[in-house]
Amino acid sequence: MTGRLVLENLKHRPMRSLLSVLLMGVPVTLILALVGLTQGLLQDSQRRQQNTGADIIIRASTASGVVSFSGAPIPEKVVAKIEEQPHVKLAVGVLNHSIDPPLVITGVDLPRFDRMSGGFVYQKGGPFKNPGDILIDEAYATQAHKTVGDTVTLLNHDWHVVGVIEPGKLARLAVQLNVLQDLDAATGHVGQIYVKVDDPANIDTVMQELNGLETGYKINTLEEYVAMYTPGKISGVKEFTVVIMAIGVVIGFCVVCLSMYMSVLQRTREIGILKSLGAGKGFILTIIEAEAMLLGVGGTILGIVMSFGACWLVRTLVPASIPMIVVQSWWPMAGLITLLGAGLGALYPGLNAARQDPIEALAYE
Amino acid sequence: MSDGPIIETRDLRKTYRVGKVDVPALRGVDLTVTAGEFLAIVGPSGSGKSTLFHIIGGLTPPTAGQVRVAGQDLASMTDSDRTRLRKRSVGFVFQKFNLLPNLTARHNIAVARFIAGNTGPPDGQFEEVLQSLGVAQRLDHKPAALSGGEQQRIAIARAIVNHPAILLADEPTGNLDSENSKAVLEVLRDLNERLGQTILMITHNPEAAAYGHRMVQMRDGRII
Repeated sequence: MTGRLVLENLKHRPMRSLLSVLLMGVPVTLILALVGLTQGLLQDSQRRQQNTGADIIIRASTASGVVSFSGAPIPEKVVAKIEEQPHVKLAVGVLNHSIDPPLVITGVDLPRFDRMSGGFVYQKGGPFKNPGDILIDEAYATQAHKTVGDTVTLLNHDWHVVGVIEPGKLARLAVQLNVLQDLDAATGHVGQIYVKVDDPANIDTVMQELNGLETGYKINTLEEYVAMYTPGKISGVKEFTVVIMAIGVVIGFCVVCLSMYMSVLQRTREIGILKSLGAGKGFILTIIEAEAMLLGVGGTILGIVMSFGACWLVRTLVPASIPMIVVQSWWPMAGLITLLGAGLGALYPGLNAARQDPIEALAYE
Repeated sequence: MSDGPIIETRDLRKTYRVGKVDVPALRGVDLTVTAGEFLAIVGPSGSGKSTLFHIIGGLTPPTAGQVRVAGQDLASMTDSDRTRLRKRSVGFVFQKFNLLPNLTARHNIAVARFIAGNTGPPDGQFEEVLQSLGVAQRLDHKPAALSGGEQQRIAIARAIVNHPAILLADEPTGNLDSENSKAVLEVLRDLNERLGQTILMITHNPEAAAYGHRMVQMRDGRII
């Protein structure tokens, strides 16, 4: 009976109920969009590293965290020296230049990288032929509306698109290594080195060899490096997520508090009727809380649906800059945050309703 | 009509505080109602009859004096005790019907049973009462789709569904035309005669008051 009473109350004022559900859905979408954005970026970067075919990565000693592009401090001769080590099959130095974060243009020695990774998969066109050529991945091609034969202006330089590659390997934008080195005034230097060993069983041995060289660079297996791609490892992401969650609770609280307060005012007489029938404070509070919880459940479901819409919109408009995903594992958390806001928000109007004097409530016009 | 008193008040007083002024609404009411009696209370506005109704119904506590309803001393009751009294011992019928607008007539009755802790279907006697009220075919309609007379008969059904010791009716015909007023009063008299339901009815209307076994008059917070 309580369920019917709650449901009929919500159905009785459909516009108020729908607006409340919509407003409660907004923070759910915000939370899921933020998490989807962060994890999408990380997963995309992770995938692009994994598909390089490398076993070990060497970064500059000044590299901090995961998403770090610290110029070109490694001399190219180090690449050659590493390649001389036993069990090292191939070493490829690359240079990254951040253009419009999180977008990065990567300078790469294409023939060597092809040997390491098996090469880019070309959806259109083919590899570099001239110094001003650039390869773009499908996501960037969609975002920038560019294709083979077009010109893109990056780093104050016009590049000729010669190939559209399948996304998910090393870079979204790739140019010749020596060209980017010249543009960055970093001739003869690279930013990081990918190392492939002759047999995965020898990775530990090569790691020991490389550490024994005492270069001072950061040396990790690719497995270790990829494992660093978690939100907790990126400065500020965790805190920002907590702030958005707190905002979600506050919005849910305010929406429900206002909505239920208005609802209790409108239903003063009905509360008086229930009290005249013998309904106690607990019963009245339960009804108000149950209504808020139902609105919270509706808000969560709508918020999840809207997060799919937000994801579609972002991936349609900026698929290269923000490879957003829908993170289903966060649905229960988003729901809990909404229900917490709803429960707290309904408490004040619920207690007000429960405390109402039955005679005054029955006389309410 | 049995002989035992089901309502008994002695020197019952109620004073409301309006701003900084004390306004006496009841100034010492002595009243005895026997079980099975149909009592009409008449009096002008401000005479205190509604306050008496509210105290006997457990909607508000008295300021002083004694009041016993169905063997329970209301003067010493807490708010929770009065809630229990309304749940089990008293049924209300109001001038404005006071049905929950978002529930059907059937669910308006069911909610009263639910609050009283009765979860099964109503007993056969109640089904008979529904038939006699002439609203059995209108149970699946919401109040807005019912006439005033039908709403008041549903309100009566709701008030007696838990077999309360007392049915309190506050101007039950005040919002009805003469035809529907007569029908409602006939229903109340029928409930009293067939089921022995104790009824205390407040009214302005002398014709309505004439349906009761006895009539008491109130003026200035006293029974005269």
